[in-house]
Amino acid sequence: MNFVARKPFDVEAVRQDFPILSQRVHGKKLVFLDSGASAQKPRAVIDAMVAVMQTRYANVHRGLHYMSEKCSDDYEAVRDKTAAFLNAASRDEIVFTRNATESINLVAHSYGRGVLQAGDAVVVSEMEHHANLVPWQMLRDAHGVELRIVKITDAGEIDWESLEAVFADGRVKLLAITHMSNVLGTYTPVERLAAFAHARGAKILLDGSQAVVHRRVDVQAIDADFYVFSGHKLYGPTGIGVLYGKAALLDLMPPFLGGGDMIGSVAYQNSTWAKPPYRFEAGTPAIIETIGLGAAIDYVNAIGFDAIAAHERELTEHALAVLAGIDGLQVLGAAQDRGGVISFVLDGIHAHDVATLLDRQGIAVRAGHHCAEPLMGRLGVSSTARATFGLYTTLEEIDALAAGIKRVQQVFA
Amino acid sequence: MSAELYQALIMDRSKNPRFAGALADYDAAADGENPMCGDRTKVFIKRDGMQVGHESRGCAIMLASADLMAEAVAGLDAAHVNELSRAFEATVTSGAADDRLGALNALAGVHEYRSRIKCATLPWTALRDALNGDV
Repeated sequence: MNFVARKPFDVEAVRQDFPILSQRVHGKKLVFLDSGASAQKPRAVIDAMVAVMQTRYANVHRGLHYMSEKCSDDYEAVRDKTAAFLNAASRDEIVFTRNATESINLVAHSYGRGVLQAGDAVVVSEMEHHANLVPWQMLRDAHGVELRIVKITDAGEIDWESLEAVFADGRVKLLAITHMSNVLGTYTPVERLAAFAHARGAKILLDGSQAVVHRRVDVQAIDADFYVFSGHKLYGPTGIGVLYGKAALLDLMPPFLGGGDMIGSVAYQNSTWAKPPYRFEAGTPAIIETIGLGAAIDYVNAIGFDAIAAHERELTEHALAVLAGIDGLQVLGAAQDRGGVISFVLDGIHAHDVATLLDRQGIAVRAGHHCAEPLMGRLGVSSTARATFGLYTTLEEIDALAAGIKRVQQVFA
Repeated sequence: MSAELYQALIMDRSKNPRFAGALADYDAAADGENPMCGDRTKVFIKRDGMQVGHESRGCAIMLASADLMAEAVAGLDAAHVNELSRAFEATVTSGAADDRLGALNALAGVHEYRSRIKCATLPWTALRDALNGDV
């Protein structure tokens, strides 16, 4: 193996922060390689969520009492933290949602119906998660917006000729595209894509669900118009997601859901809307989960994205090298810039059988279409097995995966 | 490693099915598909004397289940097929073997994998649809 042996941070110390990693599965040590579906939670996140319930909990933005004020302070502090995390220009550009899926649906609904016109076109790529495809199909059917698909190359990278072609008639008003494929691990060149879209009069939405876990994201440097991610993949809890939107765009958008918290004033016949971000946050939000997300952001910031990205690079290089040495195994995609999401197929063995037999060895991988059914068709497979890495993933766990795969092959020999 | 679900019978039937292929002269056929993983089976039946054939593509559990099903229901009347179908569903859900099922009990281990139970039951669902289908 030819990779630089360095210890950018102490992975064993990191593992100590995640209580679940000491669990055993079928009598075996848990090897958790499914963080791309949802990551495990560090003690700091668990404790922060318990602490708010035990010491500082009440509904936010309404109470005139001590607990409500304290809890509102904690909740709103996470908006500042998230704005800093993405380097947003303003805290008002951070909208809390349930997850990345809801963030995209919010944009498809409010920006899609409020700003886009029938006859405009929206472009997504062949390697989108269903979350960044289906909302646009729904918008197309309801609003007369055209949906176009930009091709990927066999390596799993954006096909720039295809991108030029889908933009050629000048009708594209939005490019909605992943920052990192949840199947192929491809990082897309987001600065270049944003410049490309902007030069042609289109906005860009980036699905950062996978990327935000591994790399520092600077929405101003990218010049992203919208950027979305989920808390639960970033070591935070489920039920909290983020929509970043440029202030000028959020201002143009009508509400998504109606209710409390999102209004200016309400009368029986008519209401006025609050300013962003509150316009898009109807009802009591996920207070405890938002505070958990704040703890998760603090946690990854304390480790630092230089170390996190270096760890991901080391794991990815090691995994690609080890898996390349297994006969009858094909890794999908071959992007130049790829990260800790690796899909593979084994000759003559269905991905579900692979996952079940790995699970018997305590190794958790995902198998199926990974919410990217059209991409499976594009790649010519019905399903794949997928290993994804987190902060706590070790080189030894990747070796355990390789050994486990060889045992699966023996069962099918 | 513990691979009780993937025992010899299941591996053999998934790789060397005895009842694969369309029947030359069938009364009805029905498709079964699991869109989550792309598993697909087409089950053909001839009611008189109950013959079953299948064209299947998918995981070892589904392939073996389809083939063992075709063997188990051969010669039965529709009422018996339905009884066996219910017994099979109960066994793959509970893990408790059932004498009526014979070789099909090899799939009882699937009960430990909730997400895989539908792999085992997919051919049976298609068989029921074929039985209910038009002649």
